[in-house]
Amino acid sequence: MRYHPHTPGDVRQMLDVCGVSSISELFRSIPEGLRLARPLDVPAATDEVSLLSEFQRLAARNRTEHPPFVGAGAYAHHVPPVVDQLLLRGEFFTAYTPYQPEIAQGTLQALFEWQTFVTLLTGLEISNASMYDGASATAEAVLLATRATGRGKVVVSAALHPEYRKVLATYLASTGDEIVTVPHGADGRTDLAALDAAVDDRTAAVVIGYPNFFGVIDALPEAAAIAKRGGALAISVTSEAVSLGLLQAPGALGADVAVGTLQSFGNGLNFGGPAPGFLAIREGLVRQMPGRVAGATVDRNGRRGFVLTLSTREQHIRREKATSNICTNAGLAALAATIHLSLLGKSGLAHLARLNHARGRQLRDAMKRAGFGLCFSGPTFNEAAFEVGDAAAVVERLARKGIAAGVPLSRWYPDPRMKGALLSVATELHTPELIELFAQSVRG
Amino acid sequence: MANPTGWKPSMEKGAGSGADPQDTGLMGATRGLAVEEPLVFEQGSPGRCAISLPAVPEGSDPAAEIPAALLRGEIAGMPEMAELEVVRHFTRLSQWNWGIDTGFYPLGSCTMKYNPKSSEALARLPGFAGAHPLLPGSMSQGALELIWKLERALSEIAGFPASVMSPAAGAQGELCGLMMIRAYHVARGNPRHKVLIPDTAHGTNPASAAFNGYSTVTLESGPDGRLHPETVARAMDEDVAAIMITNPNTLGIFESHIAEIAAIVHAKGGLVYGDGANFNAILGVARPGDMGFDVMQYNLHKTFATPHGGGGPGSGPVGVVDALLPFMPLPVVVKEGETYRLVTDPAERPRTIGKIREFWGNMGMFVRAWALIRELGPEGLRRVGELAVLNANYVRAELSGHYNLPYQTDTLHEVVFDDKLQKEAGVSTMDIAKRLIDHGSHPPTVYFPLVVHGAIMIEPTETESKETLDQFVAAMRAIAAEAKADPEALKAAPRKTVRARLDETRAARKPVLRWTPGMKVE
Repeated sequence: MRYHPHTPGDVRQMLDVCGVSSISELFRSIPEGLRLARPLDVPAATDEVSLLSEFQRLAARNRTEHPPFVGAGAYAHHVPPVVDQLLLRGEFFTAYTPYQPEIAQGTLQALFEWQTFVTLLTGLEISNASMYDGASATAEAVLLATRATGRGKVVVSAALHPEYRKVLATYLASTGDEIVTVPHGADGRTDLAALDAAVDDRTAAVVIGYPNFFGVIDALPEAAAIAKRGGALAISVTSEAVSLGLLQAPGALGADVAVGTLQSFGNGLNFGGPAPGFLAIREGLVRQMPGRVAGATVDRNGRRGFVLTLSTREQHIRREKATSNICTNAGLAALAATIHLSLLGKSGLAHLARLNHARGRQLRDAMKRAGFGLCFSGPTFNEAAFEVGDAAAVVERLARKGIAAGVPLSRWYPDPRMKGALLSVATELHTPELIELFAQSVRG
Repeated sequence: MANPTGWKPSMEKGAGSGADPQDTGLMGATRGLAVEEPLVFEQGSPGRCAISLPAVPEGSDPAAEIPAALLRGEIAGMPEMAELEVVRHFTRLSQWNWGIDTGFYPLGSCTMKYNPKSSEALARLPGFAGAHPLLPGSMSQGALELIWKLERALSEIAGFPASVMSPAAGAQGELCGLMMIRAYHVARGNPRHKVLIPDTAHGTNPASAAFNGYSTVTLESGPDGRLHPETVARAMDEDVAAIMITNPNTLGIFESHIAEIAAIVHAKGGLVYGDGANFNAILGVARPGDMGFDVMQYNLHKTFATPHGGGGPGSGPVGVVDALLPFMPLPVVVKEGETYRLVTDPAERPRTIGKIREFWGNMGMFVRAWALIRELGPEGLRRVGELAVLNANYVRAELSGHYNLPYQTDTLHEVVFDDKLQKEAGVSTMDIAKRLIDHGSHPPTVYFPLVVHGAIMIEPTETESKETLDQFVAAMRAIAAEAKADPEALKAAPRKTVRARLDETRAARKPVLRWTPGMKVE
């Protein structure tokens, strides 16, 4: 076994040192009746050559020859090969949580850079070192808001990602906090009148997608103003973070907390995980922030260095009084995003965001020419819902051609008016020719 | 040539540590050559960019569609670097880091074993890496088949009828397990209010319990480091929802009364949660599901060798007994004939607790874990547990006498010493840990578990050779000797790292959590 270096001679010598005659003697503290008396019933061992062909066969059963036109919380983008080559440096890859800062300065400085990128994208003052994903980050943001305000009601837009809403409901099942969902209007934006009516002096937070699940650039400034009037925190949620290279920062529009995922930067789709969740806050909320955070300090010689800090909020110190139970998060996925954002830089990010907006426009134009209008009238970034008649049937039909067309919104929205709604995205990976082919294929 | 390298004594001052350049440490650590590296935000030059993308189509005008108040221009503060600058930046940062690939990493309770390189190639196959989570079932059979097979294998390995695959890390697995426990009790009419947790538990345990609205009752372990049935019996009543037990516990000691403890808890209607962080110790040798555990999270980034990545991503599937099956969060993958299907609609599982993360789980980690299980097979999996325990016991035997062993009880995959023998000379666990770095090893986990003052928790894992362990032992013995002979020298450690000991108090008192223009930390 190539991962087990022990020769029979090593084992004998080591057993002698331990003062036992066999390895099984080392397990004498496990009562006989609790030991497994048979080999595990898993497939027989295989070699690397067979392993590769076995996994290639499995991977080939996923159809990925075209970039998917599905977004809905996970976005196919070009990841420059540089990202992966740097990510695979074993010193990053095989390190653990930087509990010993002197030999973890690489991880710590990179986390500090991630935190800075998150604050630049969101326009907020503080970011933590990453979350599991966008959905659990949203749930943690709401819990933060309940702690910060001492209130127990949260008002959520129906146009927020439905998976995020499900996760939020699951997280809040034991807290007794109330979730009120307000509808969206015909423009695909949150119904502001309904939102205004729902926010009261018990409301801890208003949660709104930006862009929202329909790809629509939602009314964040108005929603944030309503939250503020009610003494609640405004939480903005972003799944397609490339949009933040074109759209005004949530913090500049009144959001107190911004969460989501930076999967779009440096991370592949990986069937939905892992992805680097992010959580950014206004300065005054720092003591309520969940998760790890890297901070700058100095060493004994006065040189700048980085450590994990403010850990008195965390589980390993505070135990049951911690702000969250989160421990391991998404370090490497956050590093991938950090590398990609460094490559993009100021002009590259603006370029990528404008290109994605333009591809969204090309998709809308192509679909219009093919006879399909938009379901919602609000402005969009690179994703939009199209009225295609029977969206589920279209998805099935295009799947037979190896094209992932999008998702039928009826999957989450039982309203019969949603039957025709197909949510599709175009990014820099979708050439104008492919977009045209797609629109024609939807027509059939 | 008198001085071909141009080295001058004053250079050492600049490097800050003044370490003896001849000193290679007992595990081979030299000073090496490390290059100072500013933040990305402090380098580059206006106008540079390290990206190659198609042009933005002409005539594209966001301002024609999106209200001006919702648009922004280029973001001030973003770096402007060419590709080589970025490559050097992250390469240099990596050189400031220690990983398993660099050297020994005996971080107790973290199971820092070798992460196979072939798994990286497999996880990067376009069919896996490029698969969108919302592909129609007909386009994602390979991913679903892999998840199904891994779920079957994990359940067999731990002795449970089924496992939830979606939790993103061990702590989220705990959260998920407790949510199911809560739902189970709610379905029986009363969520109950308390969770019992031994004093050796990981911090995530009480935090996860509190997250679910439970108050925690701490149970004292006995003088042998074990939890005793009478302790549990005294605390157990019908308001206790569950007990959370790590087995072997964080002292590396097998909780040999586990069956009796489980019976006591079950008799009062409670459930037994297993923290699977230490599962590596008993892999292939014993199964939690056979010991009375009702729920347990697997840490794929520990036991199943997926990379720790500097703090994640992890993956924390959860095994459950039959009584909890109805409450499993969605999705689950089912096999129908030769077709695999994701169950996502609560109408099919009306008692599900819901959903705990977006999509289906950390698929990237599933590919790697399944690759390891396939390569090891039944004998190889058992060999993992056996060699992990052999390695830890070897280190224990070799260091006994040099360091104080607070518990004499048999241990499995890890061993906890303390600094009692070194304290007399004023040398603490922290000093020992930092000095170990100068020899060329990552320190063990320190000051945990909390029941041992000055704990030094060593977990070598099965992938380390006898030679590495011998070097580690030699280094630890040398430090013990140095603590007697020259305690002050120890306090100056580490001397070979790019930074000396860092001021953590300052970091917390005057938090600087992001770069801002002109940032100065002095």
